[in-house]
Amino acid sequence: MTSTPISAEPLPGAAAPHSAQQEKRRRTLSALAFVGPAVFFLLVWTVYPTIYTITRSFFGKSGFSSFVGIDNYKTLFSDHVIRTAIKNNFIWVVIVPFAVTFLGLIFAVLTERIRWATAFKVVVFAPLAISLFATGVMWRVMYQKDPSQGAINAAVKAVSDEFSKPGTLTGAQGSSPKLVPAHGGIQLNQTVQPGGTALLGLTAIPAPDVPAGAKQAVHPQPKSGAITGVVWRDFKPGGGTPGKVESQELGLPGVTVVLRDANDKKVQSAKTGADGSFAFDGVGSGSYHVAISKSTFAKGFAGINWLGGSLITLSMIIAYLWASAGFAMVVIGAGLASIPRDTLEAARTDGATEFQVFRRVTVPLLAPVLTVVLVTQVIGILKLFDIVYSIAPGSTINNATLLAYEMYRRSFLQNDFGLGSAVATFILVLVIPILVLRIRDFRREV
Amino acid sequence: MGTAEATVGARRQPVVIEESFATKLLRGLSKAPIHLLLVLLALLWLVPTFGLFITSIAKPDAIGTGAWWKVLSHPSAFTWANYSHMFHTHSITSALIRTAIITAGATALPLLIAAAAGYAFAWLEFPGRDWYFLIVIGLLVVPVQMALIPIYRLYNGAHLYDTLYGLILFHTAFALPFAIFLLRNFFIGIPRDLMEAARIDGASEARIFFRLILPLGVPALASLAIFQVLFVWNDLLVGLTLAQSNQPLNPLIAQQLRQFGSNLDVIAPAAFISLVVPLTIFALFQRYFVQGLLAGSVK
Repeated sequence: MTSTPISAEPLPGAAAPHSAQQEKRRRTLSALAFVGPAVFFLLVWTVYPTIYTITRSFFGKSGFSSFVGIDNYKTLFSDHVIRTAIKNNFIWVVIVPFAVTFLGLIFAVLTERIRWATAFKVVVFAPLAISLFATGVMWRVMYQKDPSQGAINAAVKAVSDEFSKPGTLTGAQGSSPKLVPAHGGIQLNQTVQPGGTALLGLTAIPAPDVPAGAKQAVHPQPKSGAITGVVWRDFKPGGGTPGKVESQELGLPGVTVVLRDANDKKVQSAKTGADGSFAFDGVGSGSYHVAISKSTFAKGFAGINWLGGSLITLSMIIAYLWASAGFAMVVIGAGLASIPRDTLEAARTDGATEFQVFRRVTVPLLAPVLTVVLVTQVIGILKLFDIVYSIAPGSTINNATLLAYEMYRRSFLQNDFGLGSAVATFILVLVIPILVLRIRDFRREV
Repeated sequence: MGTAEATVGARRQPVVIEESFATKLLRGLSKAPIHLLLVLLALLWLVPTFGLFITSIAKPDAIGTGAWWKVLSHPSAFTWANYSHMFHTHSITSALIRTAIITAGATALPLLIAAAAGYAFAWLEFPGRDWYFLIVIGLLVVPVQMALIPIYRLYNGAHLYDTLYGLILFHTAFALPFAIFLLRNFFIGIPRDLMEAARIDGASEARIFFRLILPLGVPALASLAIFQVLFVWNDLLVGLTLAQSNQPLNPLIAQQLRQFGSNLDVIAPAAFISLVVPLTIFALFQRYFVQGLLAGSVK
């Protein structure tokens, strides 16, 4: 660099042509010293790689010895996983930028005139500082299918259990072959007449599932004009004899038992007591079926499969929105703040409703800002990798995949640099037109 | 807004005070649903991070049997052991240190190089200057994906694969186009008189750069620095591709997650540390962060 001071600044007109040229060369050299390092880095890490990757995309897996023409690009559109990636990227690009902008706009408008809104803004904005990878890890934990592990399904379960209560004995089975599945419940396959008894033994009930307050089961006493019976846990330490009420075997209270006539029509229902006993009184003569109702075995909410093939894209989009809405909110909020109050007041004075003011004045004035948010999001999405990598489990990664993930997978997991280069070049081709638009904006600013 | 108008009105006509208070109260009440909505949204937004934090301080067996919201009601299930265990796990502490070094290097280096180039593009004359600047802007287009394969090969040949230098240099290069663009536009706003005065005083270009340009550029440099720190610290793809046994924190956690899947007692604290650092930086320098964002500083 130029350590010699420029004290010998030539006086205007006094400089000889020779030294003026020298001066010019000296200046150019010193400028090159300033831009040199940047040029070096850009040449080695971006210009050369771009040329390399584009060239490499016309060669096969084994290297520059195997020219394959446009085969890699054909694969791009014929390989069904890469096609899924293209389709997914398309879905993302169509939905997500608008969703982010919409959320940001709503938040910006809501918080505009609220004094403590800064706290809200910080909370919504902060995820922007967190890596998309960590975002993915957090959401993956939240998305666990088992409602006892995943927060989202736990919340859904809390709501859904209010509407359809799970049965008391979800996994129970009949303890003897006489008990068969019927009407969604379990039924004794022999008919019972008034004065008869029904033994409904159940097994496969884990100890914690035995209803609270259960007492020793009792063998039912026959009663004329009635059908009596017992529902019990036909199991004791050591096993016991199936189909027989023995000591240490507990009755199952609160189980709904149904009585059906010969035409399979429901006649009566009863609930079992603490010892598991139940009774149908005043039964007319005839043959009846005794069954434990369906509701006893109703499975509770098992969990929405957020990470399964059909929902994985939606799940990833939600996580991404969580991370990105704050960005849109802040940028749009700044745009809102720069709209002159007078313009809005003028519209109000002219009799426009708040919605009209928003729709006809605010949004058009915000258009440049909204465009910046949209474009930024589109570019980000075309390069989006971390969310796929961190949220999608191996079983559904092929449903979740995006172009940037395929680029990584084909190149570095499957060692196909040719195909990987083609995917990378494809991403470049998609990004160029969007950035050209932005550069035009840049030029205007410059 | 209401308050300002009310004060002005109050000065002129004392009667207005009562009315404006009533109006304010009414307005406050009519906004109640919005306040409630915002509070709910804010709580909703906090859930994922809060959940990860609770998971990170829950005893492993507690995580196995019940999820974090159940752990909340059992203070006995909390433990700092996960963290102390993590800080005694060599692979994680060394990854943490590596990430810090890479972040520091890949922030300082591109800022210096971009400031020099930005200064040259703004104030020095050389043939083809504006064309070169256009090319630099054009390079904003190039996605990281374009460089991974050739740089991976280049690094393998140059013994830069799996090294801190390799990662620092890569991040430096990809930070340059935007940083040069932003700094050039910032420097060009420095008053010409100031530059002329320095030159007439006989200051060398280097002296002008270090004594005048860099100090004046602090606001822009600070914004860029925050962005670059967050960008490099949060990187996953580059670290995953160009390092193997010397990976930064995020790629390391990612591979743990892939291999073992469910050992949350190890992964949750590490993931939480990996997000606490950028979050703290964000909290401390929020002003610069937002300034940078609004200057259009978006990659």
